[in-house]
Amino acid sequence: MCTTCGCGTGHTLIGGHALKQRKAGGVQVQYRVPDHSAHDHDHVHTHGEQDRLPQPIPQTDEGANVENNSLTRAIDFGAGPAGAHAPGLTQARMVKIERDILSKNDGYASENRSYLAAHSIFALNLVSSPGSGKTTLLVKTINALNGSIPLAVIEGDQQTDNDAARIRATGAPALQINTGKGCHLDAHMVGQAMQQLSLQDDSLLLIENVGNLVCPASFDLGEAHKVAILSVTEGEDKPLKYPDMFCASDLMLLNKCDLLPYLEFDADLAVENARKVNPNIQVIRISATSGDGMEEWLEWIKVGCEKTVKEKACDE
Amino acid sequence: MHEMSLAEGIVQLVEDAARADGCTRVKAVWLEIGQLAAVEKEALRFCFDAVTRDGIAEGARLEIIETAGQGWCMKCEANVVVTALYEACPICGSYQIEVTGGNEMRVKEFEVE
Repeated sequence: MCTTCGCGTGHTLIGGHALKQRKAGGVQVQYRVPDHSAHDHDHVHTHGEQDRLPQPIPQTDEGANVENNSLTRAIDFGAGPAGAHAPGLTQARMVKIERDILSKNDGYASENRSYLAAHSIFALNLVSSPGSGKTTLLVKTINALNGSIPLAVIEGDQQTDNDAARIRATGAPALQINTGKGCHLDAHMVGQAMQQLSLQDDSLLLIENVGNLVCPASFDLGEAHKVAILSVTEGEDKPLKYPDMFCASDLMLLNKCDLLPYLEFDADLAVENARKVNPNIQVIRISATSGDGMEEWLEWIKVGCEKTVKEKACDE
Repeated sequence: MHEMSLAEGIVQLVEDAARADGCTRVKAVWLEIGQLAAVEKEALRFCFDAVTRDGIAEGARLEIIETAGQGWCMKCEANVVVTALYEACPICGSYQIEVTGGNEMRVKEFEVE
């Protein structure tokens, strides 16, 4: 795709086909410049050819554009960014920054992680699509832990306080973050929520992310692990369809396993697919309703909490 | 649509660096986006145009340099090219691949007047 004008094929596929250019009132709408002839193509590529990487505009020391065509080899001093030429001066300047786009979020995440480590708090970021049973699983987990580990919950949803209310009904402290139009929690939101929750030392922090199997994958919150929850009422190929999330997670909870006898869901295939995307992912088959697999999940949490406490002791 | 957050991140980085550098207008921004990064480039362009409005990067051109995905095949014990997270090793067909590159999202540089 031409990265100057947005023409050509993109990476959004509908039914396996590239996204069509938008039309408004019968007129074709392009993302940037309406017509190729309307921009002078000083970027290096030819339309109709395969995608090429965009290159910075080639310039001489004095800011002239160099046309590298054997037939029309010419140096044009008027085609530079300033449209004019001053001896010895470049007309445009490049500022190198080389920063990660998420560096701001990662900065907050690293502050959260330091705080959590200093207070030996084991934090988990629970991610899944909506309706996978995250909140029910959390409620059952809290009840099963029965106060053996002090814990707090941060709930992320676009709207409503419903989930936090369900958690608070168990007696555990919970804070709801409403992201409004946002589709994920970020480290800044979680940092603020952590302050408001006044977390205990040597505790467990469960962060239930917004139900979304795409966006939360990229945002580090400072957690020890992302835990992906996949329910058997979804599809075995979810890990392949949404690979980023399963790649970013260390543990997959295959939830609602009590329903397996009633469904045509191949649990082994789902696990195999998750491991195709992330060969290191751990899997626990669980049912929040019947309680199957809960013991293994609670043990996994306890081991994590103990490890966090030990790590803090080693640092001191 | 986390691309809106990413676009805001880009614009913040660029505006902060541009101000520190004393420039008042940003004409183009070069990003390096790995093939395996969780970014939809068309959505990112759309959001970039929206969030640059009324700032010093308004109308700036967004250039995206795509970098190839790389992985380490545990079976072959070799570096292999990975085009998607769910793909098998092109040499041995195993899925025991750890992604080692091509998932970055960086602002490389920008052009100022």
